[in-house]
Formats: sequence, C-alpha cells, structure tokens
Amino acid sequence: MLYQILALALKEFQAILRDRQSRLVLIGPPIAQLLVFGYAATFDLNNIPVAIYNQDNSYLSRELVSHITGSPHFQLVKHIQKDDEIAPLITTKKALMVVHIKSDFSTEQAVNHSSKVQVIVDGRNSNTALLSLNYIRTLLIDFNQQFLNDQGQRPPPAVLEIRSWFNPNLLSRWFIIPGIVALLTLVVPLIVTALSVAREREAGTFDQILVTPLSPFQILVGKSIPGIVIGLVQGTVIIALTVLWFNIPLLGSIGTLYLGLTLFLMSTVGIGLMISSLSVTQQQGLMGAFLFLVPAVILSGFATPIANMPELVQDLTYINPMRYFLIIVRGIYLEGNSYGDLISQFWPMTLIGLVSLTFAGWLFKHRMY
Amino acid sequence: MNEHTPAPTQQSFSPQRLKGIVRKESLQIIRDPSSIAIAFVLPVVLLLLFGYGVSLDAKHVPIGFVVDNPDTNTQSFIGMFKHSDYFEPQRFITTHEAKQALKARKIFGIVRLRSDFSDQLLSFGEAPIELIVNGVDANQARITEGYILSIWQLWMSRTAQEQGKPLHIPITIEQRVWFNPALKSRNYLVPGLIAVIMTLIGAMLTAMVVAREWERGTMEAILVTPVRLKEFLLGKLIPYFILGMGGMLLSVAMAYWQFDVPFRGSFVVLFFASALFMLTCLGLGLFISTITRSQFVAGEISILVSFLPAFILSGFIFDINSMPVVIQWLTHLVPARYFVDIIQSIFLAGNVWPIILKNCAYLILMSAVFFILIIKKSHKSLE
Repeated sequence: MLYQILALALKEFQAILRDRQSRLVLIGPPIAQLLVFGYAATFDLNNIPVAIYNQDNSYLSRELVSHITGSPHFQLVKHIQKDDEIAPLITTKKALMVVHIKSDFSTEQAVNHSSKVQVIVDGRNSNTALLSLNYIRTLLIDFNQQFLNDQGQRPPPAVLEIRSWFNPNLLSRWFIIPGIVALLTLVVPLIVTALSVAREREAGTFDQILVTPLSPFQILVGKSIPGIVIGLVQGTVIIALTVLWFNIPLLGSIGTLYLGLTLFLMSTVGIGLMISSLSVTQQQGLMGAFLFLVPAVILSGFATPIANMPELVQDLTYINPMRYFLIIVRGIYLEGNSYGDLISQFWPMTLIGLVSLTFAGWLFKHRMY
Repeated sequence: MNEHTPAPTQQSFSPQRLKGIVRKESLQIIRDPSSIAIAFVLPVVLLLLFGYGVSLDAKHVPIGFVVDNPDTNTQSFIGMFKHSDYFEPQRFITTHEAKQALKARKIFGIVRLRSDFSDQLLSFGEAPIELIVNGVDANQARITEGYILSIWQLWMSRTAQEQGKPLHIPITIEQRVWFNPALKSRNYLVPGLIAVIMTLIGAMLTAMVVAREWERGTMEAILVTPVRLKEFLLGKLIPYFILGMGGMLLSVAMAYWQFDVPFRGSFVVLFFASALFMLTCLGLGLFISTITRSQFVAGEISILVSFLPAFILSGFIFDINSMPVVIQWLTHLVPARYFVDIIQSIFLAGNVWPIILKNCAYLILMSAVFFILIIKKSHKSLE
C-alpha cells in the first residue's frame, strides 16, 4: 500500500517538475519575492519629504528649522516663500508635510512664552500621515525639553518612559518578514495542488486513476505529498534567508516552527485539493485558488491587524489557516514562544486540514463528469 | 501569420473576422461561469471583505494599568483613557500579572504609575510613567505610542491648569490634515483596493486564454484559418476589456455608495485612466499567456507578478517613499503603482493634473511595451 502511494506521489512530482519552466516557477519567484518584499514591505517612515515656510526670521525659528532638517526622519524639499506655494507642493506629492512658522512666532514666544507652528500634512495615506505627525510631535517634545533646559526652566513634571517588548527598535521589518514566510509558503503549494486534480480531470486521466485499485484515501495522500514536500523545501530556503540574510531573530525552537509549517501546509494542501476536485478545468482550479488566496492573505493579519476588523469579519478569519500560522511564526521568531504557548493555534489548523482533506477525498468519487 | 496565403483580402485587417473571434471569445466567457464570476462577483466580494476588513485604525486597544498608589491624580489620568475611543483600560494589581497578560496577547501594552507619581507631580519633580508595548507589530505599536503620548500631554496641561500652575510649553503644534481630516485609513485603502482588484481581474482573465488554446490544441485550428494576428489578439482583448471595465465601474460605485469614500475628481477622467490601466493589465496577462504554453505556468506567473506585487509594491498599503532606492526603482515595473497614485488622488484630492498626466504617460508606455512584446513573441511562436 505504501508502495502504491509512493508511486502515485512520484508521478505527481514528475507532472509538476516535468518541464524547465514549471521548475523555475517553483523556485525562482519565491526567493526573488522574499528579497524584494522583505525590503519593500515596511511601515517605517524615513526621509519624509518636508517643506519649510518660515515667515519669522528669529533665532528660535531657525533653531527649530535646523532641528527638523537635521533629523534623519525628515528630508527638506523646499524653503517656501509665498502662501500659494503650499498647495501645489502637497497636492502633487512633492512634500508630505509643510511646516509653517508664522511671522508672529517669536513675538508670541516673548509675550506668552508659548507659540504655535502650523503643520500641514497630506492625508491621502492616513497611516503615513499619522506616523509623520507622531514624528514631528516627538521631535517637538525633545526640542521643548532642550529649550527649557537651556533657559534654566523646569521641564514638565511627568515623563514618559517607553519600552517595547520583543522588538525594541520597533522595526516593522521584524513583523513583516516572518509574515512573508507564511505568505510565500501559502501561495505555491496551494496552486500546485489546486491544479493537480483539475489537470487530470481536463485531460481525462483522473477517471483512470479512480478505476485503479488505489482507494480514495491513497489517492489523497499521493496527491498531498508533492504540495507538502515542495512547501517544506521552499519554507526551509525562505526561513534560512530570513535568518541569514535579513538577520531576523529566531528565538523559539526550529522544531516547533517546522511542526507549525507542516500543519499549515497540510491545511493549505487540503484546501487546494478541495478546490481542485470541485473544478473541471485548470482555469477553474486557478480561479478557485485565487478566490481563496486573496482574501486569505488580506484577512490574515499579514499587513493590517485582525483586531481592527469588524466582529463579523473577525469571525470569518477563524477559518483561515494563515491567521493561525502568522501568530505561530511571529510568536516563534520574535517572542520565543514554545509549543505550549501556541497549542491554541495548532489545533485549529489541524482541524481545517483534516476537514478539507476529508472533503476533497469524498469529492474524488462523488463529483464525476 | 501565414506568409503563404497570398489572397489580398486575407492580408488586410478584416472587421468581420475580428467580429468572429470576439463572438467566439464572448461565448466562451458566457458559457464558462468562472470568467463572469471573476469580473463581477470577485470585485464585489473582495471590496466588501476588504473594505470592511482592511483597516489600520486601531480601536478599543486593550491596555493594562498598574497603579501602585491609586488617588485622584491617577484616577483622572486613567479616566482620559476610558473616554478615548482608542483604548480599553484594564486594571491589574501587580506588574507580574500585567506582564503575563501582555505575553498571552490579552493586552497590547502596560502603563505603570509608580507610588510616588502624585507626590512628584505636585512638587514638579520627575513623575515617571512607564509604558511597555508589545512591539511585534511595530506599526501598531508606534501608532499606539503616539496616541498615548498625546493623551498624556493633554492630561498634563489640564492637570497643571487645575492646580493653578499652567504649563508653558514653548512650541505647540497646530495640525491640519488635508484631504482626509479624520485620518480614516479606509479612505485611502478602498481606492487602492480597486487598483489591486483590477490588476487581478485583468491579468487573471487573459493570462490563460492563449495558453489554454495551446494546451487544448485549438491553437493549430485557429492557425489554419485566415485570421490575422492583430485580429486574433484584438478579438481576445475586446470581450475581456468590456468585462473588466464592468467590474471597474461596479467597484467605483461601491467605494462611493457603500464605503462613503469622498469623490472629489471627475468621473470622466477616472474612466479614461481606468481604461488605460485595464489595457495595461490585459496586456500583461496576454503577454504572460503568449510566453508559455501551459496553463499551470501561466496561472502561477500571473499570481506571482500581478497579485503580490500589486499588494506590496504599488503603494496601496506600504509607502513607496520609505522603500530602499533599488526597490523604488522596481516599483516602476508594477502597473498598479501608477493607478494607485491616480485613483487615490482622484478620489481624495480631485483632478491633480500633474499626477494624473505623469502616471497616465507611464501607463501608456507600459501598455505599448507589452503589446509590442506580445506581437513580437506571437510572431515567433506562431511561425
């Protein structure tokens, strides 16, 4: 029985790896994507393009300006001279932010010991706007503190000491790259399996397999093995790159990570086979894979937190295996989570895998054309 | 396509043959419900899911408070958090308990007020507030820090005022956020999603159409007909273009009516820009389709070059300016990048001509390159 399954698995491998193009597609793009996305997918802001409009030519305002332009977060694009220069800079995205120091800036300071700067931000990308406002606010707090110290005055009484656990410098790369491990190990095995039964259905060879002595269970196992093996090989390469190339800390145990990866692949392959047995043509298989893939990625917590979603959508994410795997990968990489910490993530993935595999096996015999 | 057919009527472009191919492709679309599903059901489902699901706006973030010595000052400080929409304060007796909850992902951060908090505050010494956040999601952590920072500043100046010692903060910010004053992330994510969804639809629909003909052996059948290459390609494009634009209109309507995204530009401009973008995506899909003869490879490539780059490299969610220069260069190869720029501006800022024209020029260039490549490639593979 084992021999029969192996023979089928071997045949599946040959079908997938038969020509050079398919082999290349399996290996090249995921690695290229890890490298590109690893650098591209960041929420950290640097070089915020800022324009300065300083109508008050005092010592204080010049100090403030040099503080802003000297910060690594900001990049000066222009010194504005007139009011009507502001709007074109922002609307055409040449500057994300305009810092406007009005002419009464230093007189206000002399009279009231307090003056305002106006900050105009392009709100089209609200996240960038929010973060850049945070940067300028923090910069001003520092500036104020220094200013008060220089004047021999007391700074405000309460101070905020911020520490962040697991990711002390708040690098969003540490958050995103483990997520890319999940993203890329989802895509390829899913497509490989989503097309596997559909391809045979289209070619008419699936009926031939069904009349062999192989049981649906054996067919299921034989069809699952290539997806899981390809996923494991790919996962290994990607994990190695995240640690060796991107220097992401991997605090937890590799064993737990691989257990998670295997269970994740099992559920992915189950869903892929289910889609595949529902489709008649490869095109339908691919569409089906897509219809699952896109929401699975976007509603997984990969880029935007699940906690921000409405309740109904949050409930929907419970059937998404990637949701669990993301928590597992990030937990193991950054928080050093052990098997025990993650058990609540392991069993739902296993359940999704078992249910989808069973259903796929049932469909083999019950969806005939 | 076939140099040995000398009849002059077969050499020139024939609207009738084009009509025939268009009819054949349209029938294929109508008879295979999956294409219709991609063009109309997919955008609706995806926009609904993502429009509601994709949000960077944190709400009701659970924050643990450890107060060593509760009194009116600490009470009023926590009160500020209770009244804010962003936080949901929870009390913990000991730091240890709070840290356990943070590790178990039950709370997102801990604010600790030490026992000398009020004494120090009244005597204008240093009253430290300790803040620990879970930094795994760095973006979320940073935004949360920002919110806490502003609550803390507000509270401090209010308390100082009440105690009759108003704070003199030398410089304060007066912020103006243009185009999206409430900083709702949905307002920029939904238009961006339209670009992502259109890329998917355009590239997916056409990626397999030529590969399928090769795989099924019907390509040879078409080759022996008098159909010219131009007619064949146009015939493949027209039905999918109409289908894709239908999906596009549906998505824009949903963004406006369902998600209340403000629409400040002109619809006609958006329509032309989308037509250009659709053409580029179809060109991309058709190009993928011509370089491979297997549906598997075509499908795999179309997912790899359309969906993931449109998601990550288009500026739809990750800011292109913050990427390393080399990657910024690469983003120029992603058609969605140009359209995201156009559609976000048309929705939120209006007809910003410099942005629209620049990006449209890029789209024209890209689609031209795709179609030249397609024609070159098909000439070769058909001979």
